[in-house]
Amino acid sequence: MAEYRVIGKALRKVDAVAKVTGTTRFADDLAFPRMLYCKLLRSTEPHARIVSIDTAAAASLEGVHAILTGRDLPIPFGILPVSQDEHTLCVDKVRFIGDPVAAVAATSEEVATAALDLIKVIYEPLKSIASAEEAVAHPEPRIHDYGDGGNLHKLIDLEFGDADAGIAAGDVVREDLFFFEGSTHLPMEQHAAVAMWAPPPDGKLTLWTSTQTPHYVHRAVAKVLALAPARIRVIATPNGGAFGGKSDPFNHEIAVAKLAMLTGRPVKITLTREEVFYCHRGRHPTLMWVRTGVKRDGSITGMHFRSLLDGGAYGSYGVASTYYTGALQTVTYHVPRYHFQGARAFTNKAPCGPKRGHGTPQPRFAVEVHLDKIAEQLAIDPAELRLKTLVPPNSLTANYLRVGSMGLGTCIAKVVEGSDWKRKFRKLPEGRGVGLACSSYISGAGLPIYWNNMPHSGVQLKCDRGGGVTVFCGSTEIGQGSDSILAYIVAEVLGVDPFDVAVVTADTDLTPVDLGSYSSRVTLMSGNAALQAAERARQILALHAGRKLDVPVERLTFAGGRVFDSKDRKRGTSFAEAVQWAEAAEGTVGTVGSYTPPQSAGKYRGAGVGPSPAYSYSACVAEVDVDPETGIVRVPTIWIAHDVGRSINSASVIGQVEGSIYMGLGEALMEEMAYRGDLKVVHKIPSLLEYKSPTTLEMCDVVTYLVEDPDPNGPFGAKEVGQGPLLPVMPAVANAVYDAVGVRIDEVPITPEKVLKALKRKQKGEPARYGPDSFPEIPWPEPVRVPTPWEGGDGKAVDRVHA
Amino acid sequence: MLRLPSFRYLQPTSLSDALKMKADVGPDGMFVAGGTDLYPNMKRRHQEPKTVISLMGIPEMRKLEGWNVGTCITLSTLSNLPTFQHSAVASAARLVSTPLLRNMGTLGGNLCLDTRCNYYNQTYEWRKSIDFCMKKDGAICWVAPSSPRCWAVSSSDIAPVMVAIGAEYRLVGPQGERVVPAGRLYNNDGINYLTKQPDEILVEVRLPAPNGWDAVYHKLRRRGSFDFPVLGVAAWIQWDGKTVVDARVVLGGVASYPQDVPEAGAALKGMSLGAETIAAAAEAAYRPSKPMDNTDFDLSWRKQMTRVFVTRALGDLRDRHNK
Amino acid sequence: MSNESKVKIALVVNGELTEVAFAPHKTLLEVLREDLSLTGTKHGCELGECGTCTVLLDGTPVLSCLALGLACAGHSVRTVEAMAQGGKLHPLQETFADLGAAQCGYCTPAFLLAAEALLASNPKPTRAEIKDALAGNLCRCTGYIKIYEAVELAAERMNGRV
Repeated sequence: MAEYRVIGKALRKVDAVAKVTGTTRFADDLAFPRMLYCKLLRSTEPHARIVSIDTAAAASLEGVHAILTGRDLPIPFGILPVSQDEHTLCVDKVRFIGDPVAAVAATSEEVATAALDLIKVIYEPLKSIASAEEAVAHPEPRIHDYGDGGNLHKLIDLEFGDADAGIAAGDVVREDLFFFEGSTHLPMEQHAAVAMWAPPPDGKLTLWTSTQTPHYVHRAVAKVLALAPARIRVIATPNGGAFGGKSDPFNHEIAVAKLAMLTGRPVKITLTREEVFYCHRGRHPTLMWVRTGVKRDGSITGMHFRSLLDGGAYGSYGVASTYYTGALQTVTYHVPRYHFQGARAFTNKAPCGPKRGHGTPQPRFAVEVHLDKIAEQLAIDPAELRLKTLVPPNSLTANYLRVGSMGLGTCIAKVVEGSDWKRKFRKLPEGRGVGLACSSYISGAGLPIYWNNMPHSGVQLKCDRGGGVTVFCGSTEIGQGSDSILAYIVAEVLGVDPFDVAVVTADTDLTPVDLGSYSSRVTLMSGNAALQAAERARQILALHAGRKLDVPVERLTFAGGRVFDSKDRKRGTSFAEAVQWAEAAEGTVGTVGSYTPPQSAGKYRGAGVGPSPAYSYSACVAEVDVDPETGIVRVPTIWIAHDVGRSINSASVIGQVEGSIYMGLGEALMEEMAYRGDLKVVHKIPSLLEYKSPTTLEMCDVVTYLVEDPDPNGPFGAKEVGQGPLLPVMPAVANAVYDAVGVRIDEVPITPEKVLKALKRKQKGEPARYGPDSFPEIPWPEPVRVPTPWEGGDGKAVDRVHA
Repeated sequence: MLRLPSFRYLQPTSLSDALKMKADVGPDGMFVAGGTDLYPNMKRRHQEPKTVISLMGIPEMRKLEGWNVGTCITLSTLSNLPTFQHSAVASAARLVSTPLLRNMGTLGGNLCLDTRCNYYNQTYEWRKSIDFCMKKDGAICWVAPSSPRCWAVSSSDIAPVMVAIGAEYRLVGPQGERVVPAGRLYNNDGINYLTKQPDEILVEVRLPAPNGWDAVYHKLRRRGSFDFPVLGVAAWIQWDGKTVVDARVVLGGVASYPQDVPEAGAALKGMSLGAETIAAAAEAAYRPSKPMDNTDFDLSWRKQMTRVFVTRALGDLRDRHNK
Repeated sequence: MSNESKVKIALVVNGELTEVAFAPHKTLLEVLREDLSLTGTKHGCELGECGTCTVLLDGTPVLSCLALGLACAGHSVRTVEAMAQGGKLHPLQETFADLGAAQCGYCTPAFLLAAEALLASNPKPTRAEIKDALAGNLCRCTGYIKIYEAVELAAERMNGRV
């Protein structure tokens, strides 16, 4: 293994001091002279036509400077080109309680709030849809006038090989149903944005916002306001937590931009906690059905997987989310034939979207519990079963995902050993149990969100004659350490101290495009772009240093702030002087780097979701205590091994693992987006008190093992870590509950009520299970049929068979 | 940001000044102690006083004399007092919300805590969506739409203990002073949940001196902090050797008041605390326990938990006694 | 409302006697952030449900979102801005930075102050005591573990053991 000075070390993050001194400027910390405050009036109806909006009384309130309604901003937007279904403010109808209908800019939040009270909206209520099943059963009234019919937003049917025949070839065929409840990101920072307008001839808009995706916000603002992108500057402020919840362009961002243009004054909005629940874009509640054929030796012969997602009121990332519920089943265990059917429904609830793990925690829960049941049926240890069916490294899956490095086997071995699995599994006293589950996640998506063939990430790098280096990149710091990654990689290549590297990020005026902090793409993609830029700079510096020092370029080492002959360390110079030599010879020393993922192998419609330059792998063992009298589940310890390829900063990697376990634990045990379907589909608990997230007293101990098997596509071999380790937590806990008390909770969260119900059923001799018992009839389309690689397929769909 | 509405803030330094200020402003005035209940409620427009009169500057209300406790003692102070260290009062105080909130919230505030309901503890805008409820701005109780009364839940951790141990409350108002048994302060009505008049001040709690009795408090909630009780069990026993001379079991979080279940106490009286006796008392407490669908957790599970938690509380008392 | 007349109070903020005028309904959180520009104090709910707005009032950690500004007259308030002194980080800030206890950093000021108050009253807390003392502060990034480790390491350093 190469020796690195920076890479892999547990260094301080470049923004650590700012964070611990409270000097980091989050969006709501910004204030400008003459700044106005914006508040949004939100719908009090789940589904209704807007008959009229009267803003006259509000407009005449002292201190109110402007009021907007939907008609002021008629151009729709949305994160995906196929789902441009949102308006800044609702135009003709509202689709959930919390949908914004008017925006006020006033001299204070107090005045703006008083103005909202004076706006009169008359609604004509429409029948509301409270669940995906209801959406299937009630195609009318339609929530949107687009989609795949009725209230079904998207229907997907993909078949790789003859799955039914594959399943039938199994010695055991097992069918199971699962439900995964929706949950939300709950970042501690409420979304906030500030807009400022420089009137013509400048005609320039600046928007500071707590977003993970300044580039996509830039595009949406340009579209809705019909402004040239060159006249819009979007600056993503450091996000006070995001987890996917700040990766859509949001109506409040566009509202303040428009209000700043109208009033000529800076306008700020800071959402309340309740409004953050309405922004949502969290985990889709997902009903799943899975049927798998397995040989006696544990090898899978075929799998058929169905998902039904409750999408909420808008498209958001939902089409991608739906594909993701089917995409990654194949990258952990070898599935030779695979059939996936996915459906997303519109409902009158806050829109769902990408939350940490985007669309994959739900099927991962289903598959890992399903496999636990299969292992028991086959009387094979669940760890052994998985080890027997692993996808080989450097292979292609049935759905044409290209797996590179694959450390899942090592991960399983680590947690089996660390947790003392063999002495515990099925051997602990009643009430205590262990469960195992595995997972995989993408290190960035192979395709961008809007079709283009440009790089996914770009970096500019400037070497200063004083010895400093500045990296410019569109990537966005959301707490995951992306700013630090840029500094570490550049410092490693150029041999300087990471704190001599200045990092300028997430500013559409100053930084080249990076698509954003989502899909665990940043370390790999912006890291590769930074690596390329740094290597190019090194080349320039080496050329001139080599000449001056009379040392062959290939013998030069960049380390410790010096450039020197690796054979004669005294023969060298300072990094600063090396820059000066190059600058004297060539002018300003600046380079660029960029990264485009490799071409996907799949060429069928739908092949765009799933491919990634590299897949991370995790294995997890959870130990639980179940109180048989109450059904309360406590998790004392989780062992997790994560194949990260290589750590760029081991402390940050472990921090991401622990944070993922934490969030997974919350989803496993308590987190739930609950609505009152029988009362206007109102959000039941939009507060930090009643939406339950784990405190210090619920958090378990975590034993982390990092598996480092460098992936050729990652910078220094690095793969993702921010999302993957969340995925196995929920199924590991569910499997552990079964080990502890012999009941199957096929539904997340695993609440005491469900456990106790299942225990009572067990006592009565009924099936010891809590979970869904049916999957509705869905009008699936004709499947896209794609022959598998081992059937001679080339990644393309075959022509549909006409009857 | 969620903000407070405008109001006038007064800081009297004596009880008589406080009463006079309240008399001057009439129904538009409210007393406040720690503010951890009133201010969130004001931000959500549950209470809309034009004048808020702080009791925190009144020395008499922060006094500690033997077993008499001023109600403006913070919950942190109460839970850390050496005298009360192992008492049910201190342990209940320690189970309220979070360390931060306990540094601000007071004994009196917890005893007079507004009843809670997840149709009510919501912002004005949220409540507008459901056309409000009878507790504030609306006409019906969404928990039981055909009911004439409000079913908001008594969510105090300390009140059930006070009722169980037979503490007394000293109230001072414009008409003078009165001392009432703790249980008499509470009504089983989500709106009129206190018998205290708005212009009366709960000044002091008089705890019974230790005299052969013991009490425990067990709390059910989702998380180990932040959460209000969805069930609280306060159990009190007057011992004579191994025999229970007198006993009370009081449930919190299942009604609009701390619910004393006399049948449970009766099941214990004259008995030694064997498993069967405990089971009988738990069964007696289980029967009238009627949680409604307005807190965290499923209501039928909460009802079932009554039996489990009463059993555990009594077992705890037995074990402590046998030690 | 914004046109409401302001009231002026004097209090000690981060060791300095400070006079500040604000609308009487403002909370300490709002006064600190908006009238004194001390934006190091954050907020997550303004209802006392997350602990993000923690400051020390006369040395005791409280929720600044539920403390009325007016009630703080004559009292002493300490915010994260005062923790680093003389260009040197507080030992807790050092360990939070070193161990990665701050990810997004939004809840960090609150955790630092709650931890500082803990160490002031209990210089050698056990892991369980740390969990109890920080049970009123939510963090969504770290899973709390790095925070415990940072508090433990700072305690060791402050006790001169490291």
